[in-house]
Parts: sequence; C-alpha cells; structure tokens
Amino acid sequence: MTLYTSTVRRPPQRPNLWARMGSSILYAIGVPVLLLVIWGVWGTIAPAKFFPSPLTIAEAFVDTWIGPAFVTDVLPSLARLAAAIVLAVVIGIAAGTLIGLTRWLRELLEPLLEFFRAIPPPVLIPVFVALLGVTDQMKVIVIVFGSLWPVLLNTVEGVRSTDSVMTETARSFALTPTERLFSLVLPAASPRIMAGVRQTLSVALIMMVISEMFYSSSGLGFQVAYFQRNYLIAQMWSGIVLLGLIGVLLAVVFTIVERRVLRWYHGIKEVERA
Amino acid sequence: MPDTLLTVDHLKKTYESSTGVVEAIGDIGFTMRRGELVCIVGPSGCGKTTLLKCIAGLLKPTAGSVVLDGKEVTGPPPNMALVFQEYGRSLYPWLTVRGNVELPLKHKKLSKARRTRLVEDALEAVGLSHAGGSYPWQLSGGMQQRVAIARAVAYQPEVLIMDEPFAAVDAQTRADLEDLVRRLHLDRGMSILFVTHDIDESVYLGERVIVLSKSPTWVQEDLHIDLDPQRDQITTRALPRFTELRTHVYEQIQRAKRGEATRPVG
Amino acid sequence: MTTASAIGAPARARRRGRGASAARKAGLGALGIVLFLAGWQLLAITRVLPPSSLPSATDTLATLGGMLQDLEFWRNVGRTMTAWAIGLAIATVLGVVLGGFVGLIPVLRRATHTTVEFLRPIPSVALIPLAILAFGIQLQAALVIIVFASFWQVFVQVLYGVADIDTVARDTARSYGLSGAERLRWLVLPTALPYLMTGLRLAASVALILAITAEMTIGNPGLGRVIFQAYNIGNITTVYAIVIVTGLLGLVVNLVFRFIERRALAWHQSVRGEEAL
Repeated sequence: MTLYTSTVRRPPQRPNLWARMGSSILYAIGVPVLLLVIWGVWGTIAPAKFFPSPLTIAEAFVDTWIGPAFVTDVLPSLARLAAAIVLAVVIGIAAGTLIGLTRWLRELLEPLLEFFRAIPPPVLIPVFVALLGVTDQMKVIVIVFGSLWPVLLNTVEGVRSTDSVMTETARSFALTPTERLFSLVLPAASPRIMAGVRQTLSVALIMMVISEMFYSSSGLGFQVAYFQRNYLIAQMWSGIVLLGLIGVLLAVVFTIVERRVLRWYHGIKEVERA
Repeated sequence: MPDTLLTVDHLKKTYESSTGVVEAIGDIGFTMRRGELVCIVGPSGCGKTTLLKCIAGLLKPTAGSVVLDGKEVTGPPPNMALVFQEYGRSLYPWLTVRGNVELPLKHKKLSKARRTRLVEDALEAVGLSHAGGSYPWQLSGGMQQRVAIARAVAYQPEVLIMDEPFAAVDAQTRADLEDLVRRLHLDRGMSILFVTHDIDESVYLGERVIVLSKSPTWVQEDLHIDLDPQRDQITTRALPRFTELRTHVYEQIQRAKRGEATRPVG
Repeated sequence: MTTASAIGAPARARRRGRGASAARKAGLGALGIVLFLAGWQLLAITRVLPPSSLPSATDTLATLGGMLQDLEFWRNVGRTMTAWAIGLAIATVLGVVLGGFVGLIPVLRRATHTTVEFLRPIPSVALIPLAILAFGIQLQAALVIIVFASFWQVFVQVLYGVADIDTVARDTARSYGLSGAERLRWLVLPTALPYLMTGLRLAASVALILAITAEMTIGNPGLGRVIFQAYNIGNITTVYAIVIVTGLLGLVVNLVFRFIERRALAWHQSVRGEEAL
C-alpha cells in the first residue's frame, strides 16, 4: 500500500539492442530457412525425380557456375542484359520526353506506342531473329525493343502532366525551356519514370531468358535449357537459382537507386500518411 | 532614375467563346511608383488574377500595354518576381528550402558565393534561417509561403507581385505574414503589387488601394491610404481612420458588385 | 453582357474546343498507323530485307484476314484465352487468400517479408525447363508459369490494400464494438478492393504474356505454338500476323480491365492517388 494516490507510470520495458537485432534476424531468415529444411527433409523421405534436395543443388551450383562457365556463359549474358537495360532506359526516357512534350507527335504516335506495348515481348523474338539473324547485336536489340515500352510510355505520361502552377512559377522567373526541362519537368516526372523503369527491368530479364533458352546457342539461358534436355536435374536447378539471383540482384539495385532518387517523393507520402 | 516603375495603359483582355467575345478586362490603367506598396481589390470574378498574369507577362493582353521600368512587357520580364496563392504547388518538393530559394538565381549567372549570400539573406528576412535544409512538405503552410516569399526576395526583383498569397493560410499566420510584407517594404524599399480579396488586408498593407469594378473590369477607384507607415495589427486596425477607409472600400466593392458605378468617359 | 453568360461562355468554349481536339487526336492517331503501315510496305517492297525476313504489310494483313476466317485460328485463340483465364483465376484466388491472410497478421507480414522479396523477382520463365520436366507438354506446365508470375501482382496489391486501412476508420470501428467479421466486411474489404482491382489488371496483362510465351516455349496448344510452328517451317507471314493478333489481344485485355478498375475505383472515391506502379 503506497502513500501516493496517483499511479506511477513505469516506461515499458524496451528489449535491449541484442534482443532487437536477434529478433530482426530471426524474422528475416526464419521462414526461408524453415522452407529449406522442410524441402530437404521431404527430399529424404519421399524423393521426387525432379526436385533434388537443397544441398545437392548447392553442390551443383558451386560445381557448375563457379569456374570457367562463369566467364564463358554467365558474364556475356549479364553484359548483354546490362547493355540492353541501359539502352532501353536511355532511349525510353529521351524519346519519351521528346514525344511527351510535342503535342502533335504524341497524338500521332500514341496508338502505335500503345499497340507495341501490348504485344507480349517474347513473341518479338522470332521476328527479330528472322530480321537480323542470331548475332550478339540482335540479342541486345531484341531485349531493348521488347522492354523499352514501359519506361517510354511512363515518361510520356509523366512529362505531360507537370503541375501548371509549377510551370507558371518557372516561367515567371524567366527560366528558359531547357532550364525548365531539367529543373522542373524531369524531376516532377521522376516517380512515374521510375515506375516504368521497374517494369522495364523485369521485362528485360524475361527477354534475356527466353531468347537464350530457345533461340540461342550460348549463354546462361541456353545452359539451363541444355541441362533440362539432358536430364541434368541438379545443374538445371542451379541454373534456375542463378537466374533467380540475378532477378533479385536487379530488384535490389533498383530499390537502392529508386530510394535515393525519389527520397523526396517517399518523404511526402510519409507526411501525408501521418 | 525615373520614379515611375510600372505603367498599365488601357489594358484589355478578351476571350473567344462560342457565343461571342468575353471581356475579362475592359480597360485598366494605373501607374505605380518605385518603392510603393499598391493593393488591388475587387469583387469575385473581376479578373484580378487575369490582370496579374498580364502584368507578369504570362498572358498576352488583347489591347493596351504594360511597361515595366521603361520596357514593354511581352513575356515574363527578368526583374519581376511572383508569389502565388498555391504555395504547395509552387514550391518544388524535390528541392530543399534552400534549393527552392536558390533556383531562380541559378540562371542569373552569379557567382556561387553571391548566390549563397542572397539566399541566406532572404531566409533571414523571412525568419527561416534555421529551416534551410528542410523540404517544403515538412513545413507548415505559413512557413511554406514564407519560403515562396524568400525565393522572390532573393531574386532581387524591381517589383514583387503577390496574387492573394495569404488566402489559403490561417488567420494568425496571415497576420504575421502581412507584417512580414510591410517589413520588406519598409526596410528594403521593395515595390510591391498585392492582390487580395480581403478588404481589411488591403487597407492595412497598402499605400494605395485600387478598387476594380466587376467584369468587364476597369479601375473604379484609386484610393490613397493616409495611415502612418509604421503600422501594427492591433493599434492600426483600431484607428478611426482605418475604419473609415475600410468602410469606404467596402462600399465601393458593394457598388462594383451591383454594377452601379459608371465608367468615366475618355 | 451579364455575369452569368460571361461565366458560361468560356466553359462552352472549352467544351467545343474539346470536341474539336478529340477529333484531331483521332485523326492524327489514325495517320500515325497509316504512316507506319506505309513505311513498312515501302521497306518490304524495296527489298531492304528479303521477304523471308520481312514480309510486306499487305501480305501480312492478307494472311491475317485469311486467319480470321479459319476456324482453327479461333480455336487457338480460345485455347490461349482458356489458359489465360484459368491461370488468372488461380492466381487471383491464391493472391487474395494469401495476401489477405498475411496482410492482416502483422507477425506473418514481417516473417514472410524476406521470402516474398526474394521469390518475387524470380522470372517465372526461368521455371520453364522445370515445368517441362515435371508436367510435359501440357496445360499444367503452362499454368505453373502463368500462375507463378500473376500471383505476385495480386498478392502484393492485396498486401498494400489491407495495410492501407485508415487508422481513424479502424479506431471508429473498434470503438463501436464491431466484430472481426463485421470489420472485415465493412472496413477491410472496401479499402482493399481498389487495390485488388489494380492487381487484377496487372495480373491479367502478365498472365496473357506468359500464356502465349508458355505456348511458344513449352508447346501446349494455342497461339504461341502457332508462332513457334510457323517460324520453324519458315512461314514468316503467319508469324507476323499472329504477332499483330497478340498485340490486339493485349490491348483488348488491358482496356477491359482498365475499365473494370475504373468502375471499382469510381465508387471508392479517391482513396488512392494515381500511382498504379
């Protein structure tokens, strides 16, 4: 029985730093580890022909890709992918800006652009093979042509819809059209443009995989298809894992870049949500 | 240096429409001397914003002319700065406060050191020296409008044009901002053209109040405000002369709304 | 002139201007298509590339016309759209159930976050060799690919939707003592519905792309397989014609689902902004 009539508020116990770090790590790897364990155990109990255990796959991964194959197959594929992505983004933003800001050009091209965007990108591969033959340039070009539409169309949209008050502000301070383009139009359009870049990245990866698996005689995709045709199951899986890792890498790089470029945009969203 | 800064001469602005021609501005003419604080009031829809846009070179008048510092205005002149009502859409969210204030200076070809000095000076003038690194959307509405004012001040224009800048701000903040405008005018001798729908504000701020008629707009009255230049919110607004003046302006606006005033001929 | 007509006139002017500019837009758009076809025809006729690589526009359109009268073509369209529909349905159900479940239980959200962020970027086409081995050249193989890709679109949007519940609305619901089921019906569902519609639109596009890709690569019957077979025997005109068909199909699917999404968003007012990433 205390002398005080008011309740004494004790601050809630905050778990110490180690406990918090531990819990974060547990959340991060808990489910994946659990899934792998289940898979592994299932594999020993009821082995499925086409689903080797994680350990087997890991072994095959090291055997297959860590070595000369990395240089002969993986690196060229990645190089082509990277080149294609850079080209697609640059062309998409440049052309998108030009088209978005020129009204008659936009109205002229809009139906065509929407149509090209609607074509499932992989069906363009046989077309480009027929047009250009199976060369390294063709492989890059077909990825560019298939994947540039999201970033191009998003740039067109973003560049068109600059806020009128912001535009009047720039005009009232006598900024030249070029200055307006780089200080106002492009930054204002950047959220939309980045959304397009994200889609472009994933389409580019799809194009690389399909074109190499079925229309090429070298590269990472070709290797995976080769393993499948020859029933080299563990190696095939290791190739799939590698492709998955590349996808994840692209996503991570994109997120880092996006968070940096759109820091202000995320900031506004947070303020609005509060 | 000639004393007249701005001359608006027989300004007319019309729009095409399917039923004929709409006269937004009929015939507006007035002059503004260097270092004056002129307020413009009028009934709603009388084309105040259209007038400002014509003066600022954002719209082309159908007839008449605007002459700023001896040169006719055909596009946004480089010695004029605008403060808009919608501060939220006028400041650029990807720039910090400092970045926003500095942006118009960038194309003036000044040295980096000079630019920084102008920016810091402007931020101090509006009382936001501590907020230079923040983003506009992290600040309150009143503070955002101060940033917009700082941006205009740093630009060092001949004339500052403000289009109902405090309409979207709460009353207490508005009082502070009004005093800020007075201070900029008195301490720095800035020429200010201030458009508002708030009659009390126009009398409190202005050395002259121009009352516009309703559409097709012309200058109904050009009133001289003979209050002491040192004003403050409490004492000035309690003066009998203040009440007289505001009542007079109010009556003029009512007449304008009813379309009773007749346009002087010639 | 009175004030009333002075206010109405600019609005009327704008409306008439709008009609004229819509006509101009349609005209220019049609011109663009005509110019493209003409350019294509010119390239083909001047033999910049041989007809085995680049058939003429007229030949392609003629082939297309012929296909439209061929019953087998429409059967293939049906097969493709069936695979698309089944895949989309499965992906949607899975997406809604799992997305809702994970979204509503914060612990699950945190625990599955890394797994989701790791699995999501995996290109489902990388699984094609596995699907061929496991299921052979059948619809099931294609469905695995279609569902794996489309599922994420729905799942992620439902996750966002369920998380976007307005805190004030939620507190109001709680303070009025609404049960869990009632809160689900009156609070969660309406908030998540617009997100679900967006997810559905994105998933529908993705599902079509993968349905056709699967037919091209796995070989189950459908438009994709027609492309593959035509390409192999060198019937390039058919390839081009089917490419056009797939583009048109993609447009139709996109338009239909955009329409559905807009209707759903219309009566859920502007809860969200325009950004449908």
